[in-house]
Amino acid sequence: MSVLSRNQMAWRAAQDLPDGGVVNLGLGMPVLVSNYMPADRDIFLQSENGILGVGPEAEDGYEDRNLVDAGSRRITLRPGASIVDSASSFAMIRGGHIDVTILGAFEVAVNGDLANWDSRVPDKGPLVGGAMDLAAGAKSTWTLMQYNTRDGAPRLLQTCSLPLTAPGCVKRVYTDIAVVEVRAEGFVATEIIPTISAEDLRARTGASITVADDCRPLAAPTIED
Amino acid sequence: MAIDKRVQSAADGIGPVKDGAVVMVSGFGGAGFANILQDSLLEIGPRDITLVANSATHPFSHTHKLVEAGLVAKVIVTAARGRGSDLSPFELLWRDGKIELECVPQGSFSERIRAGGAGIPAFFTPPGYGTDLCAGKEVREFNGRPHVLETAITGDLALIRGDRGDRYGNVSFRFTQMNFGHAMATACGHTVAEVREALDEAMPQEEVQLPGVYVNSVVAVGGEP
Repeated sequence: MSVLSRNQMAWRAAQDLPDGGVVNLGLGMPVLVSNYMPADRDIFLQSENGILGVGPEAEDGYEDRNLVDAGSRRITLRPGASIVDSASSFAMIRGGHIDVTILGAFEVAVNGDLANWDSRVPDKGPLVGGAMDLAAGAKSTWTLMQYNTRDGAPRLLQTCSLPLTAPGCVKRVYTDIAVVEVRAEGFVATEIIPTISAEDLRARTGASITVADDCRPLAAPTIED
Repeated sequence: MAIDKRVQSAADGIGPVKDGAVVMVSGFGGAGFANILQDSLLEIGPRDITLVANSATHPFSHTHKLVEAGLVAKVIVTAARGRGSDLSPFELLWRDGKIELECVPQGSFSERIRAGGAGIPAFFTPPGYGTDLCAGKEVREFNGRPHVLETAITGDLALIRGDRGDRYGNVSFRFTQMNFGHAMATACGHTVAEVREALDEAMPQEEVQLPGVYVNSVVAVGGEP
């Protein structure tokens, strides 16, 4: 098994979503998680623009320009859905009513600090959206990200180098080569792809990382891109 | 005399706007942009306005026309990044120091507006703590957790988009059209709603999502293009 594709990473994260849970998926790769939610679990997806109960994307010819998610995707509603205004939506988020948020990330630090909103591109304006509110408000924050940057630099670090989204919020990190928990004692790998040794993983990490005693092989089914 | 808040044109609804006015504009993700009202504001042409909107750069919102025309001295937003690597009109003005930017986490943004309409001058909230966006803000600990002090935002003029309105100023929204419109209507001295259809008689009570007390003028503009 080689490194996981984006869709396989999304599949892997989806397998851990709690039955009956309320989940918010961030823009980009995290939205892919909605394609792989286990059929036997009843999960409500929340979107910051006020939707509780996001359904699949609308098919061609059935889009409604006023039914969109926070990523501007034209979507449908699932049975039992409701819509509120933005202030009420963030009251839901800030008030601790979201079980899990899965966010993209540039960097995660060993203390759970998250940097995912500002990559310091010169002269480009900021875009924070609801990232800080979700990271601070959800009961659990997970990230979905490549283990390393395109240049091979680590993203799991002792201290974030980019501007923080929220301190100490990340509980778990899903990547292309490992699943890592952020525990009081630091990064702990709970799943690693078989072609990578613990030594390789350590070399690709910017902080100390231990391998859990019950660490399992990270695997996902074949998914066509 | 029987109340009738319906007006013939966007300009009639907006009326005179002073230079330096604080103007709020609804819309998020392609839904609920008050574009006909924004076009009218462009013609009225007040200078040095502060624009309160989710994004300074969303391509579907006519906010960019106000920015490009040089009417805007400051924006309070959650997003100000143009798509792609080229700089948007807003980013060019911002880079050259010709427009002021206040970027706010989206939940704090919506709650600051809600608080403004609810008579609450400031509140403590967890999101943003420990980040660059909230640097310098007062921090206080509640229940062992640090919170930042956020102040209310109020405005002179709110421009919102709804689905149906009636003579009493009651407004309903279609799906996610509501987003920031509800809070903005409560937080401004004068609120204009552009709607698909303005009813001669009262809207059924159970359809009313924004009570008429918050709306000064309703202008029927038909469906969105």
